[in-house]
Amino acid sequence: MNQEKIISVKNLSKVFGDFTAVNKISFEVNKGEIFGFLGANGAGKTTAMKMLIGISKPSSGEATVAGFDVKTNSEMVKKSIGYMSQKFSMYDDLTIKENITFFGGIYGLSKTQIKEKTKQLIQKLQLETVADKLVGSLPLGWKQKLAFSVALLHEPKIVFLDEPTGGVDPITRRQFWEMIYAEAHKGTTLFVTTHYMDEAEYCDRVSIMVEGHIEALDTPANLKKQYNVDSMNEVFLKLARNIE
Amino acid sequence: MRTILFIIQKEFRQIFRNKAMLPIIFVLPFIQLLILSNAASFEVKNIKFSYVDSDHSGASRELISKFQSSDYFVIVDHFLSKKEANLQMQKGKVDVILEIPNHFERNLLTDKKSTLSVSINAIDGAAAGITNVYISQIIASYSQKLQSQLYQYNEGSFVQPQNIITIPSFWFNNTLNYKTLMVPGILVLLVTMLTLFLSAMNIVREKEIGTLEQINVTPIKKHQFIIGKLFPFWVLGLLILTVGLIIARLVFHIPIIGNIGLIYLFTSVYLLVILGIGLFISNYTETQQQAMFIAWFFTVIFILMSGLFTPVESMPNWAQQITLFNPIRYFVEIIRMVMLKGAAFSDISTPFFIICFYAVVINGFAVWSYKKTN
Repeated sequence: MNQEKIISVKNLSKVFGDFTAVNKISFEVNKGEIFGFLGANGAGKTTAMKMLIGISKPSSGEATVAGFDVKTNSEMVKKSIGYMSQKFSMYDDLTIKENITFFGGIYGLSKTQIKEKTKQLIQKLQLETVADKLVGSLPLGWKQKLAFSVALLHEPKIVFLDEPTGGVDPITRRQFWEMIYAEAHKGTTLFVTTHYMDEAEYCDRVSIMVEGHIEALDTPANLKKQYNVDSMNEVFLKLARNIE
Repeated sequence: MRTILFIIQKEFRQIFRNKAMLPIIFVLPFIQLLILSNAASFEVKNIKFSYVDSDHSGASRELISKFQSSDYFVIVDHFLSKKEANLQMQKGKVDVILEIPNHFERNLLTDKKSTLSVSINAIDGAAAGITNVYISQIIASYSQKLQSQLYQYNEGSFVQPQNIITIPSFWFNNTLNYKTLMVPGILVLLVTMLTLFLSAMNIVREKEIGTLEQINVTPIKKHQFIIGKLFPFWVLGLLILTVGLIIARLVFHIPIIGNIGLIYLFTSVYLLVILGIGLFISNYTETQQQAMFIAWFFTVIFILMSGLFTPVESMPNWAQQITLFNPIRYFVEIIRMVMLKGAAFSDISTPFFIICFYAVVINGFAVWSYKKTN
């Protein structure tokens, strides 16, 4: 496996008043890896991710994403990444095509590129019949797949996915992970947060955050061995229980 | 530049797709213009007049007939006693009670003077003041006529009564048409409110639905986003002004004496101020509800302190100083000056440069306070 580091984080912290949401976390992500970023609600996952994608300023520590410092060069970071938030964030009152045009446009794609990408994307997701329908009228699973594809429009080196499969049916979740694998095969790095422990098993490596710290970081197989259990679910429960 | 065009395209698509907002943007303002311009009048008309005539003489009847023939008064009732009349005043049935005492005519003939008592409902002080002026004028003209009659009658020889006649000459609005003053003002109000609310709500709405976060993760530049966001509302503002001016001209026959280009020049800078305020509000609010409330707070103060309804000159000095910070005040002043007085650029250059200055300051603040990174 290619061991080039595409994300490296050192002692990264975020403090809100007297509450430390992220407490000196350090880790590295390899290029082309599917990196699972796990943790209970409120453990600090989203805050950490927001620092990495350049919309939240770290209180202390360092992080480089795709070779750019998130503190000093966050706009360059933004050029190299794609992001799909846990809240569906495309425009419900625009059609699928219009959404693609808009996001392609603000990432600086040319008109012909946008046309081509739109065609490819609609074909791949089999959305031909609804391409001119408002996004708001689509079922959630379709929306999520669309949002993921739009996050990939500008061919970013890293894609951050914040609970991409929340509220989605098992079949769509399976399809979604097939898309993630296909993207990883192309060499894109995927940084995924999730609450589904079966999904954690699909990741190359996972980290588990508990109360602002990273408590564990390894491949799913090693973690299961280390905690002497059969599934990631049990690993997660053990870690979370230790704290309580 | 291309990025800005993509945002503008998206904004216009969203505006024209919103079936609930379209009529609010394009129809309601003009219904308001039509209704408000006719309703918001300072003219005091249809004053509910009543009298208590204890004299029942020729003189008293003549006086009452003077009120009858006036356009401003409607004689609703007459009473036998003051007490009865007061009761009706309390019920709100009458606004004015004229009390003609016993021996009114006799006193006039013998003493050459008599007294009248007038009671006016003064809950609305301004209206009461105007009513008082009307009544005094009617009584004064009556007494003048009476005097000349009495002198003739008593002395047997004609004596020219002393009187001074004032002939007022009203400039710029010589028919004293209230609408001439109000239509340009209300147009200012509509242009301001719509652009302020739309711009403040628009960006907060993206915050609420989460798309703003998605935008902030893109390499889009601050100025590109802001220009792209505000430009459609700038265009809308000018569009509303245009339709409003057409209505003012065709429906209300308001003269447009000055150069209409000056109005557009001023409005295009003025809109930048308002849009800047809208952006500023949206930067400091999290929900549309908060943005709405703050925008309302500002508009109410701006409108009441703009000279639209009450002249700035009659405000206390400290309040006049405050109005200097009010962009609406300048717009009301300028649109009236240009439309009604035919002011040239040199006449409006001071307020124009003040507005330019505000546009720079407010947008500077707004851009500075818009943060892609928290």
